[in-house]
Amino acid sequence: MAESSTLAQTIHDIVQRHNSVPTRLLQILREVQDSLTWLSPEAIERVADEIGLSPDKVQRVAEFYSFLYTAPRGSYDILFSDNITDRMLGNRRLLRYLCDLLGVGIGQTRADNRVSIGVTSCTGLCDQGPAALVNGYALPRLDKPRLDRIAELINSQTPLSEWPQDFFEVTSNIRRADILLGRHFADGAALRAVLKRGSQAILEELIKSGLRGQGGAGYKLALKWISCHDAPGEVKYVVCNADEGEPGTFKDRVLMQEYADLVFEGMTLCGRVIGARQGFVYLRGEYRYLLDSLKATLQRRREIGLLGQSILGESGFDFDIDIHLGAGAYVCGEESALIESLEGKHGVPRIRPPFPTTHGYLNKPTVVNNVETFAVTAKIATEGGAWFASRGTAESKGTKLLSVSGDCERPGIYEYPFGVTVRRVLEDCGARDAQGIQMAGPAGHTISPKQYDRRICFDDLATGGSFMVFAKHRDILDGMRNFAHFFVHESCGFCTPCRVGTSLMRDLVDKVHTGHGARADLDEMRRLGRIMKAASHCGLGQTAPNSVLDSLDQFPEAWERRLRSTSYEPAFDLDAALSEARRLSGRDDPGAHLPDEQSDLVRLAKLLADQDAPMSDDERNLLGALP
Amino acid sequence: MSGEPSFTLDDQPVPFQDGQTIMEAARVAGVYIPHLCFNPDFAPHGSCRVCLVKVNGRPQAACTTPAVAGQVVQSEIEELQEIRRGILEMMFVEGNHICPACEKSGACQLQAVAYYVGMLAPRFTYFYPQRTLDASHPDAVIDFNRCILCELCVRASRDIDGKNVFAVQNRGLKAHLVINTPSGKLGATTFSITDKAAQVCPTGAILIKNRGYETPIGRRLYDRQPVNVVGDVAQVPESEGGRRHE
Repeated sequence: MAESSTLAQTIHDIVQRHNSVPTRLLQILREVQDSLTWLSPEAIERVADEIGLSPDKVQRVAEFYSFLYTAPRGSYDILFSDNITDRMLGNRRLLRYLCDLLGVGIGQTRADNRVSIGVTSCTGLCDQGPAALVNGYALPRLDKPRLDRIAELINSQTPLSEWPQDFFEVTSNIRRADILLGRHFADGAALRAVLKRGSQAILEELIKSGLRGQGGAGYKLALKWISCHDAPGEVKYVVCNADEGEPGTFKDRVLMQEYADLVFEGMTLCGRVIGARQGFVYLRGEYRYLLDSLKATLQRRREIGLLGQSILGESGFDFDIDIHLGAGAYVCGEESALIESLEGKHGVPRIRPPFPTTHGYLNKPTVVNNVETFAVTAKIATEGGAWFASRGTAESKGTKLLSVSGDCERPGIYEYPFGVTVRRVLEDCGARDAQGIQMAGPAGHTISPKQYDRRICFDDLATGGSFMVFAKHRDILDGMRNFAHFFVHESCGFCTPCRVGTSLMRDLVDKVHTGHGARADLDEMRRLGRIMKAASHCGLGQTAPNSVLDSLDQFPEAWERRLRSTSYEPAFDLDAALSEARRLSGRDDPGAHLPDEQSDLVRLAKLLADQDAPMSDDERNLLGALP
Repeated sequence: MSGEPSFTLDDQPVPFQDGQTIMEAARVAGVYIPHLCFNPDFAPHGSCRVCLVKVNGRPQAACTTPAVAGQVVQSEIEELQEIRRGILEMMFVEGNHICPACEKSGACQLQAVAYYVGMLAPRFTYFYPQRTLDASHPDAVIDFNRCILCELCVRASRDIDGKNVFAVQNRGLKAHLVINTPSGKLGATTFSITDKAAQVCPTGAILIKNRGYETPIGRRLYDRQPVNVVGDVAQVPESEGGRRHE
C-alpha cells in the first residue's frame, strides 16, 4: 500500500513538473524510469491517468524505445556499445568479463535487481571505445582494470555521483579544423548581423553559400528555410536534429560539447528568419551526459540577451530553445519520426508529403536541420555566403566534419573542404593498411582500395560524417554482420519490407558468415536488397541493405571464401532440429544423429538437390551406384 | 472532360480530382492496383507497400502519393510484380499462414493478392513465430498467426467504432497486434461482430464464430474471380462471400 502510494506520488510530481502535457510523454517516461528503474504496468497506467491518455498509447511509447524498459532492470543498468568499432577494440571480451565479475548474463538482470548488463547500438564514442552507458551516462575507454573498479562500485552500491569523474570524461579529439572549427566566433554575432541586415539579406547569403544539409541527405538549406518562411501560419518551429545515431559518427557530439553556442545561435538565427519563437534540440539519449551543460549554456544565453524575450533588445525578437532527450531509436534521426518523437509519440516516420516545412511539429511549419548545419548557418551570417562557397566543389560548398574511427592511429574529428579524397583522409588519420572503409555508416557506402581516389561530396560520396576504417587483418564480413544486426534492432516495424527484410537479411548474412551459405544465398541477398531499397517506407529500410550490396560488389572474395561448394544450402539444419528429441530420449549416440556431412547419403542428397553443380568422377560413381 | 487533370497509369489516362492519391484516382477509374492495408473508408496508411508503383520512374506507394497532372505511373510491369511477390512472400514467412487449413482460404485478400502477383510459394526462409489464438470472445476468434499488421482493425475500432479495442505494440519484427485490456483478451472488450473492425481484416486473422465453411472451397469469393475483378474482401457483402455487414 505504502509502496503504491509512493509510486503514485512520484509519478504525479513528475507529470506535474511537465504540466501534464502529452508532448512531454517521452521525457516523463524517462524520468519515471530514472526513479523506479523500469516502467511497470502500474506505472504506465498511472502516467496515462495523470496525462489523460489511453494506456495503450503510453505502452506504445514505453515499448518502442530501447532505453525504456517494461521489465525490471537493475538499479545499475549497463549497456555496452556494440558498434563494429567497439568490437574491433575488444568490447565482447570486456562484456563477458564484466558479466562474470558481477555474476549476471548478457541481457539479464541480476536476481537482487542490483545490476543489469546488455548491449546497445553505437553510442558515438567510436574514437574512445570500447564504450558503455551506465544509467544512460557515457563510459568511454573501458578496459579490465576499469571494469574491476566498476564492479566494486556496483557491489558497494556507490551512487554514480561518487564514481571517479575520469570514468565519464569524454574527449573531443579534434584533429583537423577548417572554417567551422578553426575560426573564432563571437557569441551573438550572427544575431546582430540579421538584425542589422534583415532576414532577406541573410537568406540571400545562405543561397549564395550553396549550403546543403550536413546530416547527409544534402537538401539545399536556403530552400528549406524559404519554404518554411513562406508557409502560411503564425506559429512555426525550429528543430535541431541532434539524434546522431548513424554508427560511427560522433561529430555532432563534439559540436554540442564544444560549440553549443554556435549551434544555438544558428537555431536562433533560423527562428528570426522563418518567424519562429520556439526551437527544440532533439538530443539522442546516448548524449544525456551533455544535458546539464547544454541547459547551462541556454541559461547563460538568456541572461546575456541572446535567447528569450526581446533578443539583443529588439522588441518582438523572441525565441527560446528546449531540449528533448531521445531514448534509443535510430529511426528518430529521420526528420518526421523525430517530430513524432518530439510530440511524445513513438517514432514512426510520417507519410510525406506533406513535408515538415509546411506540416511539421504539431502540424505547424517546421525547419529540421542537423547540428552541423545550424552551426554553419551562424558562420555564414557573419562571414557571408561567398566566403563559405569559396571552399568545396561546384555542387558541395564549404566543409564537412568527418568522424574517423576504426583501424587508424589518430581517430577523431576531421574538418575538410568538400571534395577531399578518401586517400587523403586515410593518410591524415594514420590508416596505413586499410583494406576498406565504411563511409556514412552502415546505411552508406562500402569502399575498397580501388575507390580511394573518390571524393567526399554530394556528387560522389555523400556522407553525414561516419568514416570507419577496416585494416587488412579484419574480416569485412564481421562488419557486414554487425550492420545487418544493427538494422534488425533499429527497424521501427511499420512497413513490411523493412520489418521483415532486415531480419531476412540478417539471417542470410549469419548463414554465410558461419560457413553455411551457398551461392544462391548471395543471389538472395541481392534480390532482398532490391526489394527493401525500392519498397521501404523511409530511408532506414531503403538504405539498410546498402552495406551488404556494396560489399558483394567491392569485396566479393570476402563472401565467396565462406561459401560451401554447392549452389544451394538449406537454412534448416536437420540434425540440430533433432536435438530436442535426443534430449527427451536421453540419447546422444551416433545412431541418434543424422549421418555426417561427408557420408555418401548426405552427398547424394545434395547432388540430387543441386543439379547444376559440376560433378566429380567420385560423385558420378556415387550416383551410378544407385539402385 | 478536357479540363480535368489526368495522369497516365500503364499508358492509360486516369483523371483525378485535386487532393486524390494515385490509388484513389485509379480506384474511381476502375483500374486495379494491388493493395492490402489500403481501404477507401480510411486515411491511407502506407505500411504494407504492396501498392508500390513507379511514379516518373521512382518507386512510390500508390496509396500515399498525391496524383499530379502529367505523372507517368507504371504498375503492371514485371519489375514491380517481382517486388510485390517479394513483399507478399515476406508476409507469408513472417506469420504462420497455413492456407489449406484456414477458414478464410478462397475468401482471403492476402491469398488473392498473392495469386494475382504470381506468388505460389514463399522462397524466403520461414520464421515460424510462436503466436497465440484468442477464442475468448463469444462471437469472434483472433488468430494472431495470420496478422500482417495492416492496422485496419486498429483504425476501424479507434476511428469508426470508437472502442479502441486493438493496438500495435513494440517495434521491428517484435511489432505485434494486441488487445487493449489488462488480460489482453478479446472477450474482455466491448468488441462486437457488427463493428467495422470485424469487417476489414484482409486475412483470416479475425474470424466470426459459428459461421465456418458456409461456402464450400472452390465456390468462395476469389475462387470464382481474381481480386482485380472482385475487389477488396471488406467491400463485398457477406451474402456474396465478402466481409461487409449488410
